[in-house]
Amino acid sequence: MFDKLDQIFVTALHWLVSFLPEAWRPLASSLICIAFILSVFPAVFSITTIFERKGIGRIQNRYGPNRVGIPFTKIRLAGFGQFIPDGVKMLTKEDIVPRAADKVVHFLAPVVMLIPVLLAYAVLPFGKNMTVTDYDAGLLFFFAVGGAVELSVFMAGWSSRNKYSLLGAMRAIAQMVSYEITLILSAVTVVMVVGSLNLNEIVAHQNQYTYGIAHWFVFTPWGLVGFILFFIASLAESNRTPFDLPEAESEIIAGYFTEYSGFKFALFFLGEYLGMFAIIGLGITLFLGGWSSPISFLAWIPSYVWFFTKLMAIVFIFIWIRATLPRLRMDQLMNFAWKFMLPLALMNILVVGIWHYMAADWQRWLVCSAIIFGAYVVLGRGLMHNQKLGKRIYRYAE
Amino acid sequence: MSAFFIITGIVTLLGAVFAMSLRNLVHCALAMAVAFSGIAAMYLQLDAQFVGFAEILVYVGAIAILIVFAILLTRSGEAPEKSVLTSGWMAGIAVSAMVFTMLGWAVLNSSAIPKETPPAPVTTVKDVGDALMTKFVLPLEIIGLVLTAAMIGAVIIALKEESKNKNIGRKP
Amino acid sequence: MTALQGCLLISALLFAIGFAGAVTRRHAILVLIGIELMLNAANLNFIAFWRFGPHPEVLAGFMFVLFSMALAGAEAAVGLALVIAIYRHKKTSNLDEVKELKG
Repeated sequence: MFDKLDQIFVTALHWLVSFLPEAWRPLASSLICIAFILSVFPAVFSITTIFERKGIGRIQNRYGPNRVGIPFTKIRLAGFGQFIPDGVKMLTKEDIVPRAADKVVHFLAPVVMLIPVLLAYAVLPFGKNMTVTDYDAGLLFFFAVGGAVELSVFMAGWSSRNKYSLLGAMRAIAQMVSYEITLILSAVTVVMVVGSLNLNEIVAHQNQYTYGIAHWFVFTPWGLVGFILFFIASLAESNRTPFDLPEAESEIIAGYFTEYSGFKFALFFLGEYLGMFAIIGLGITLFLGGWSSPISFLAWIPSYVWFFTKLMAIVFIFIWIRATLPRLRMDQLMNFAWKFMLPLALMNILVVGIWHYMAADWQRWLVCSAIIFGAYVVLGRGLMHNQKLGKRIYRYAE
Repeated sequence: MSAFFIITGIVTLLGAVFAMSLRNLVHCALAMAVAFSGIAAMYLQLDAQFVGFAEILVYVGAIAILIVFAILLTRSGEAPEKSVLTSGWMAGIAVSAMVFTMLGWAVLNSSAIPKETPPAPVTTVKDVGDALMTKFVLPLEIIGLVLTAAMIGAVIIALKEESKNKNIGRKP
Repeated sequence: MTALQGCLLISALLFAIGFAGAVTRRHAILVLIGIELMLNAANLNFIAFWRFGPHPEVLAGFMFVLFSMALAGAEAAVGLALVIAIYRHKKTSNLDEVKELKG
């Protein structure tokens, strides 16, 4: 019975498509999958904005939005309907384009940001047999379209003819390019162990159970380090705190989308959050087992429920980090990427090689953990050469 | 030669023409990115999936950004005031037209081109990986060395030189 | 006209456009853009012959294109570093004005 529940969307798709003649079936199937992605993920985006505002508010010892219900009715939802008036506000605001702006490029920048981000959802496995397109080189496709987002950031920043926008765009591109390398290198470790770039095979590899615990890659030493590196790099790729210098209000007004208002800003906002979900989805697929459950006797819960649960859990951790950590300065950010995370990612690749060739017993855990821990300590100490970190001393004006 | 292929080809060629003929350099760079995406779409239609994705990753994701950064670092973002063409531009266009005519004639009248279309090859990433590690391992290692040398060389060439007047005003 | 001939014609036209741009424009970066277009045209040629040729399982054309892309990236990086260095020295990126070996 739970298998049927698990495959309910797949059977619904087949049933819907069977009404059409044979030649139209692939096209109809693709269109229905696209409709699914376009309806589910903006809904997740709306829920995330509410949870973000309320969550950050609570961490900062205040309520978030707590009055809005459903408009035009008497239903009060204690703030959970905030996304409806937010959406209406963004749609009805006046669309101001600066007089000196480059009109065509200014218009196209939000579109060029949104299209690669939506394309990236095509290869993520949301559940068992629930991938839109099952490419042989799915992981490469994801990183390829992730790289196309940087071009739209530049288009937005340059076409506004605004010093703040250009500066924000340059910072954002430099940050994205630096952390993209760490992202790809930490994903390469998973590819080395699985032997395929196909995301469904990567999930299938993690769907096995030993003593009731799944073979998720995050439970191995190299997988844990890889996951942490991937997590930090995905924070940087989505321009979230502590890496949000390119778009922080107190630093640079709004960075590369200063001159955007109304629906174009809504598209940028949507694109940023959808990009965040896509990259978290990839992290879940690579390290946290995709749609598989961690314990074998919870495997009756449908696979898509597991996927979205993990997605919301990591989104919660993103929100938590945003409310807690201060922002990194640009040079600190770049130092962190190139001098700490990149060598650690390379050491991780070495450790995966050693893991693969040693026999499967407790010694390889010890050796691999020791190498990673040693590398972490050496890099951490080595980069702190002249800084003295001690108890903070406050000096007040007398 | 499906209609989709012809449309992709036209988009690519239009992108290339705009990349070479617009006055504003940033527009040229963006048109070039459009041309690259068109070429990647053509690779995907020719069943070369890995190369298509690698093209987007390398060209659109890296080389286009590099060119855009170079345009900004050399302050070429504003429209130029003088002519954008060199002095011998007519000869250049004439030579390029001759090159295309010759190549086109050779393509259309050559006897080396097979008449029937073979079936699509099924190339998995595993085959590509196997070939890279067995038959093409020497070019792979050489490419690694070349890329390292190019990276180090590019950084050294573009490094800011220490100015000779750095020590003026420094207290002993 | 077979599909192969169509591909080859598109690639030849792309090459001619890239060549025309590289030879007629004054700005150094536009010459580099033209060179990248020419490289892409050659890569398209290789893939077309790999797809429609006799032995696609040998992957010769495929590999050539992969290595050519890597080399194009390296060459673009070094070329643009040179353009930036020349701009820093001569304050111009017009190829017509960088015509002396002195300096």
